[in-house]
Amino acid sequence: MKDLVRIALLLAGGLAGLLACQLNHADTDEPVTPTPPTGGSFQATPYPWQPPAHFPDMVYDLSKNPLTYEGVQLGKTLFYDGLLSRNGTISCGFCHSPFTAFAHTDHALSHGIDDRIGTRNVPGIQNVAWSKNFFWDGGVVHLDLLPIAPIQHPDEMGDSLANVLRKVGNSGRYRPLFKAAYGTEEVTSERLLKALSQFMLTMVSANSKYDKYLRKESGGTLTDAEQRGLSLFTQHCAGCHAGPLQTDQRFRNNGLPPAPADRPADLGRYAITLRPEDRFAFRVPSLRNVQMTPPYMHDGRFQTLEQVLQHYAGGVVDSPTLDPQLKANGKTGIPLSAGEQRDLIQFLYTLTDYDFITNRQLQPN
Amino acid sequence: MKRLLLFLIGTAGLLTLGCSRENPTAIGQGQLQLAFEHMVGSRPLQPGSTTYTNGSGEAFTVTTLNYYVTNIRLKRADGSEYVVPQDSSYFLVRATDPASQVITLRNLPEGDYTAVSYLLGVDSLRNTLGIEMRKGVLDPAGGHQGGMYWDWNSGYIHFKLEGTSPVAPATTNGNTFMYHIGLFGGYQSRTLNNIRSVTIPLGSLPARVAAGAIPRIRLEADVLKVFDGPTTLRIAQAPLVMVSPLSASVADNYARMFRFVGLTSEGR
Repeated sequence: MKDLVRIALLLAGGLAGLLACQLNHADTDEPVTPTPPTGGSFQATPYPWQPPAHFPDMVYDLSKNPLTYEGVQLGKTLFYDGLLSRNGTISCGFCHSPFTAFAHTDHALSHGIDDRIGTRNVPGIQNVAWSKNFFWDGGVVHLDLLPIAPIQHPDEMGDSLANVLRKVGNSGRYRPLFKAAYGTEEVTSERLLKALSQFMLTMVSANSKYDKYLRKESGGTLTDAEQRGLSLFTQHCAGCHAGPLQTDQRFRNNGLPPAPADRPADLGRYAITLRPEDRFAFRVPSLRNVQMTPPYMHDGRFQTLEQVLQHYAGGVVDSPTLDPQLKANGKTGIPLSAGEQRDLIQFLYTLTDYDFITNRQLQPN
Repeated sequence: MKRLLLFLIGTAGLLTLGCSRENPTAIGQGQLQLAFEHMVGSRPLQPGSTTYTNGSGEAFTVTTLNYYVTNIRLKRADGSEYVVPQDSSYFLVRATDPASQVITLRNLPEGDYTAVSYLLGVDSLRNTLGIEMRKGVLDPAGGHQGGMYWDWNSGYIHFKLEGTSPVAPATTNGNTFMYHIGLFGGYQSRTLNNIRSVTIPLGSLPARVAAGAIPRIRLEADVLKVFDGPTTLRIAQAPLVMVSPLSASVADNYARMFRFVGLTSEGR
């Protein structure tokens, strides 16, 4: 099997090599020529964007999509425009509200076009520059490719990327915005998707009370309960909800009981990899702003953080793919008394970033 | 994982060195065509209503046959090869679009070529690159009318065969079967890798790329081979194959659907 991996990598490596020695060929039938997003001497205004000092290295390659004021503004306009859906009713912001850390709190499962209901809880959007993968199952691994999925999902925006490009291209509203961002009015997949990425990249949450605590800034003093909660968190939760991003970005089965019988089982990561060990594994969500983003879990089954902690304390169901951290010492779940659960919740509240959810720059114009 | 990555980068570096011997100034003005002729057994494929029968005796029609031909290489008798620059080496062949069935390669070094090889599908590297590296037939908005990109499990559909058959279960669109074969090996976790490499030796005469003539390599693609290969694919048992493990068997079958049928020369 190892040999197979090596061969696959050899192939991939070889192709990388070929790419590196590509030559300039004009006039072929199907040119696949990468072009920079801006043409000629056009220069949009650089957007001053600094990664928070206590964050790890970014995943997103900004050199391929340098942030500009005009690009971010275009992305924001697109993000809040129902034009991106089949009948004009559903924008990205319809499900991803800035006031709830770009999550959605009204429905357990995503609610989209024609009042259709999807199969999973709307995830928030924050700190995507550090995301290695997206969605509960990690089926998309590049931010620029993410919006295609909701645009084309029949239960979400119900359109096609090709048709959205046509509609945006025909819209008088967008001509000056594309020209400002890219130098010409041309609308392409690359331009539209990179503008959406630019806006989403500005959704940086790094100013919670806990961030201030980590940076030893004023406003970062934890109460006794919060401090006790932090100790419990470090001991029991940080193995998965790790680092300043509050997630290790891995896929884990957290022992939820099977969903109601009227719903087909969601196998999570398994649908992408077909690996038996990935059955019922879902992406570990960030706990940043968790106070603001009920409901919880991939299927939105819990309405409160109290319910979530009761699950971890006493509701974890063992199964062949249950994450090993949830059956340490031969017992399933995390031993947490009622008082400890209360302290933990006090700590989780310190992850709320009020600067982020009230940031005027991120709200519709 | 880190070691694998290093290995990959190292390999890429070595191969880069290897192909840099192909001196850019040696690139010529030669042209060559690959012409794909779709057949069902001995009958030319007529997309639409014509009914055919596979080896299991199942009647079927073909409404869609699309596949990517990419990363083309031309081999010489001495074992050396010319690698078509990758950015000029992505083509989508569609049974309903005659223009897509003739691929013209340009700027080739002159010489005699004895075999052609290509990937059936989109290579793993390109499957993981940013949107700026996905133009033309690779545009997720649908180069050549689209439908060859999965947005939910990000990656290209290498090969797509759709049609109807009385043995397929009834759907709102009739009794349809669909084979959408994608998966490139995964990025952060390993998945199936359904990219297939095809090498076609030419006949006794090489394709001579020279001034004044454009050799055309005629390749037959036989749809029956999709059903009747190392694995017998029965529509009744598998009317829908996309990401299931059976997809690898379908890929093994269709990788064998191509054969060399002749060499002609087009004047220029």
